[in-house]
Amino acid sequence: MAEAITLKYEVSPDDFTRAGEASSDVKNKLKQLGFQPAVVRKVSIALYEGEINMVIHARGGVITVEVSPDFIRMELADVGPGIPDIELAMKEGYSTAPDEIRSLGFGAGMGLSNMKKYTDKMDIQTELGVGTTITMVVNVT
Amino acid sequence: MTVRELAESGIAAAICEGDRMEREITVPFCCDLLSIAMGKAPEGCAWVTVMANMNTLAVASLADAACIVLAEGVHLDAAALQKAAQQGITVLGTEQPVFETALAIYERMKAG
Ligand SMILES: Nc1ncnc2c1ncn2[C@@H]1O[C@H](COP(=O)(O)OP(=O)(O)OP(=O)(O)O)[C@@H](O)[C@H]1O
Ligand SMILES: [Mg+2]
Repeated sequence: MAEAITLKYEVSPDDFTRAGEASSDVKNKLKQLGFQPAVVRKVSIALYEGEINMVIHARGGVITVEVSPDFIRMELADVGPGIPDIELAMKEGYSTAPDEIRSLGFGAGMGLSNMKKYTDKMDIQTELGVGTTITMVVNVT
Repeated sequence: MTVRELAESGIAAAICEGDRMEREITVPFCCDLLSIAMGKAPEGCAWVTVMANMNTLAVASLADAACIVLAEGVHLDAAALQKAAQQGITVLGTEQPVFETALAIYERMKAG
């Protein structure tokens, strides 16, 4: 691919059995564009965790993915409650997921650490009562 | 062992045959919490779990598991089954518990 392309998704707040559709679509597009499987896998994992978090913790939001030959940049913006303590939220095992969400297999408190682990750069901007914007970059080496 | 060989091994039977039945299984992997599976499931694994829902399918696909093996006789509902078929994800099932299932897969793989 010669030029960068931008993909945009509205993530719906209500039906999280459907959540993951944006991540699946990005995965398929990256595969079609011929990115290495390792790059596609990193982006898929990080984006899915972010997408699910938007649905479970923040009533949905907007995902923008910038795809260029050298890097994939993902931005996840929501107008949810914000994250009171980022350091605590990043801790493996910390979760505020309610019981009905846990019964579906979520709530291990590993999502944010997976996002960090599978990306080369991650930044969280958050304000209580205003929302959260998470930016992640996966380099294509 | 390929996914098809697993489906024909008697260890677990196919509930949904996906796109890549000839894919080689790398290792069995057991976990029921989705984001642990997402972070730790090895590429190409046979993921043995009792968590059967839409999100299991998404995690298997995005983490690039070779197949899902539902243990303890758990079932996918009709909508999830349809999604598995649509997305070409292979789902197998067995009445056996998680550990026995993963062990049987492991031993079969070791036997070659
Ligand atoms: N977009 C968000 N808006 C508000 N709070 C969030 C957001 N993302 C994460 N959080 C908070 O950070 C905590 C940790 O998130 P993390 O993804 O690591 O775990 P989890 O979603 O609770 O469980 P899982 O292991 O299934 O991902 C959440 O429980 C929630 O309190
Ligand atoms: Mg999460």
